[in-house]
Amino acid sequence: MTPQHTTAAAVAVGDPVLQTVGVTKSFSGVRALEGVDFELRAGEIHTLVGENGAGKSTLIKVLTGVYTPDGGEVRYAGETVHFRRPADAQHAGISTIYQEVNLVPLLSVARNIFLGREPRRFGLIDVGAMNKRARELMAELGIDIDVTAELGRLGLGSQQMVALARAMSVDSRVVIMDEPTSSLESAEVETLFRVARGLRDRGVGLVFVSHRLDELWELCDRVTILRDGQWVHTGPMAQTTRLELVSKMLGRDVDEVRAGGATEFGASHRQSGEPALVVSGLDVANRLHGVDLTVHPGEVVGLAGLLGSGRSETVKAVYGALKARSGEVSVAGRKVRTGSVRGALASGVALLSEDRKAEGIVPDLSVRDNIALAVLPRMSRAGVVSEARIDALVDTFMKRLRIKASSPDQKVRELSGGNQQKVLIARWLATEPTVFLLDEPTRGIDVGAKAEVQALIDELAEQGLAVVLISSEMDELVEGADRIVVLHDGHVQAELDSTDLSSSELLAALAGDRAADPQAPIETEGQHA
Amino acid sequence: MSTTTADPATSNAPEAALANRARFASLVQRQGALAIFVVVVAVASVSFDTFASRGNLTGIAVQASFLAMLALGMTFVIMTGGIDLSVGSVFALGGVLAAWGSQHGTLVAFVLPLAVCGAIGLVQGLVIARGGLPPFIVTLAGLLFARGLLLLLSDEGATTYKVPRGSSFRELAQGELLGVPYPVILVVVFFAIGALVLHRTSYGASVLAIGGQEDAADLMGLPVQRTKVLTYVASALLAGFGGVMIASYTSSGVTILGVGTELEAIAAVVLGGTLLTGGAGTVLGTLVGVLLLQVIKNVINQVGSLDSDWQSVVSGTILLLVVTLQRFLTRVERR
Ligand SMILES: Nc1ncnc2c1ncn2[C@@H]1O[C@H](COP(=O)(O)OP(=O)(O)OP(=O)(O)O)[C@@H](O)[C@H]1O
Ligand SMILES: [Mg+2]
Repeated sequence: MTPQHTTAAAVAVGDPVLQTVGVTKSFSGVRALEGVDFELRAGEIHTLVGENGAGKSTLIKVLTGVYTPDGGEVRYAGETVHFRRPADAQHAGISTIYQEVNLVPLLSVARNIFLGREPRRFGLIDVGAMNKRARELMAELGIDIDVTAELGRLGLGSQQMVALARAMSVDSRVVIMDEPTSSLESAEVETLFRVARGLRDRGVGLVFVSHRLDELWELCDRVTILRDGQWVHTGPMAQTTRLELVSKMLGRDVDEVRAGGATEFGASHRQSGEPALVVSGLDVANRLHGVDLTVHPGEVVGLAGLLGSGRSETVKAVYGALKARSGEVSVAGRKVRTGSVRGALASGVALLSEDRKAEGIVPDLSVRDNIALAVLPRMSRAGVVSEARIDALVDTFMKRLRIKASSPDQKVRELSGGNQQKVLIARWLATEPTVFLLDEPTRGIDVGAKAEVQALIDELAEQGLAVVLISSEMDELVEGADRIVVLHDGHVQAELDSTDLSSSELLAALAGDRAADPQAPIETEGQHA
Repeated sequence: MSTTTADPATSNAPEAALANRARFASLVQRQGALAIFVVVVAVASVSFDTFASRGNLTGIAVQASFLAMLALGMTFVIMTGGIDLSVGSVFALGGVLAAWGSQHGTLVAFVLPLAVCGAIGLVQGLVIARGGLPPFIVTLAGLLFARGLLLLLSDEGATTYKVPRGSSFRELAQGELLGVPYPVILVVVFFAIGALVLHRTSYGASVLAIGGQEDAADLMGLPVQRTKVLTYVASALLAGFGGVMIASYTSSGVTILGVGTELEAIAAVVLGGTLLTGGAGTVLGTLVGVLLLQVIKNVINQVGSLDSDWQSVVSGTILLLVVTLQRFLTRVERR
């Protein structure tokens, strides 16, 4: 570990290390934070909770010098500080993983981990030592990747682990993680938790943000809840029930917050008629080896598997975004040319992709235009677009998904992370596809909107849409899907009926833990009722 | 169904194969210009007896050395995701200042042009980095400014300052060491330093990070503004030094030099495999790009019947070919 040169005094475990007092921040007149008090103590894991757009990321950016607060102050180790840029906060000993994976895709993994603090020899970067340290760090995290490979070639999950390695590689007093688990599988989440607990035990203060609420009780000591840019509550995690948390976060009575299942998905759907999507022998060089998949209208089929099992690749290949070496895809009985996105779109296939930042969102267009983008051809007559119809459509989706924006004309770039996701979901939902491929549709969005998206998927399936659902949240798969196809190394390994399946059984199946749980209702292909 | 225990060896094999293929594709991308360069040189050596002569090859190397200096600075600028249109004018200005300065001593011939050109680079860098203005516009203004200053100094180009006979300043570009002209040695040294700076210093790492993803570089705490300012200063200094070299070589401050040279420098950088969007590339690739352009000029001069205007036609065609090839390869690679 490189020694940290900080001027701030040492902080005893349990004492405040990083604080805001009455912090206010507005963006062109819109209040993002309003008099927020926040206190992080040394040796605790503190979670920031709130709906999409509540101001969590903004608070983190104020704490770390990305934004200068309009009012109020930031204190670090008991002293008022004015970080003018992220570098200032880092040099003071605050390590941050920002919400969007913020690394440089064209540089190698090792470079990304050590950018700005590379190991030196004779004043020059010691590439050998850098790669070696990077390899050690990744090994510690249990991630087996080539550290000299370009970062951009890795999946989002691996990229998040690289960001974690970067945060770990310095000796920090405060580590802040804004939704670090959104693209991680349970194994990686476990690793991250282990690392986080290790840091806490060494007296480091940690801030943790996640919309996967269950994680919070597992990891965090205290919670601060924000709503609409205002502080609502701070307290020990153990004394806060899920119901309380959600009700405070949404600003509704406890009774109003239903305590139903873990998700908003309803019962299984009736499936009818000819299959809407038939995939046979889909083969993508090095990734997929003969994947078969059949989805009927009104059916939700889940794809499960570990990192690198080929789930995203399967839907991408069906959508034509990945070139298939062999295999056939047909929609509603008609063959679709593989490897052509236009062909897939024309036959009614839509894909909500995993990497929404890279594929889809147009940051400088307005919310309205982003939603309308895909439906424009349908909404226009003789080239003339019906503005009124688009406005109506945009309005419906903004209400339904509770997209928090100052107006439909706000640039998507300015929305909070979760609200950007909602805009993309709205865009694809608006196209009314025949086959909808959803890759992690609820990633990064808050409980309220999650329920809404789940209900929407359900509703669309009721109306006869064929859905393929990928999710790393087991509850979502088990409750949302009628059938679950388990992938392993690009093969279909098993097909499970989800009716009587529990999340833990699915997890066990994924881990290949059949011997340990012989009762697990695993059926091989074609045997399900 | 196959066994469920993941075998690390088999699960990694496809990853490794993929990485190898990607490596190969990016190798071809980076060395595309080198391949064409080798072919052109081979064909030229066979076709013209005069081409491979020591005299001709030395001539090519010296002729290329001036553009090489500009292209080296341009490489760093482009890697940060920027562009520097001012270098052609700054190059000419440096030459005129050096020639004028040499009348007051060799030291002045070095210091004066570098100070003025460095100042131009500094202002451009500050406006781009601090003010956040687009490099295209700022350096376009720099182009006009430097050219205007040059015309003022030389009575609208009518006065050509001469380097005094017997001045040691002439040695810089006309002298040689063990038969190798100094300009060639300087280029080799500068490019070696450039490569070292790019790959082995934190400044170089910042350059690549900024070009790759500027927001991320900022969030990672890299000195984004300082790096950009330094890069534009370096570019202007190298252009100015190119001017100093050519003043020494021609023993005068030629005022009509450098028109469109910034575009040649950009062409050389892109030929050398540096992404025009920034974030990736090599210094040595740029050197190959410069040499390729120079060899094409030379070959067309050798064909007596061809007008020298064909130089641009051929260079342009090759540039288009290489860029198309690069794009095609990156696409294959991303699949
Ligand atoms: N650069 C900006 N310009 C304008 N408005 C902004 C900007 N950044 C944030 N906002 C607004 O500030 C509010 C808070 O956003 P913030 O990103 O802090 O939310 P969040 O709690 O992190 O949400 P999420 O869970 O979706 O990440 C949002 O309404 C957002 O639109
Ligand atoms: Mg956020």
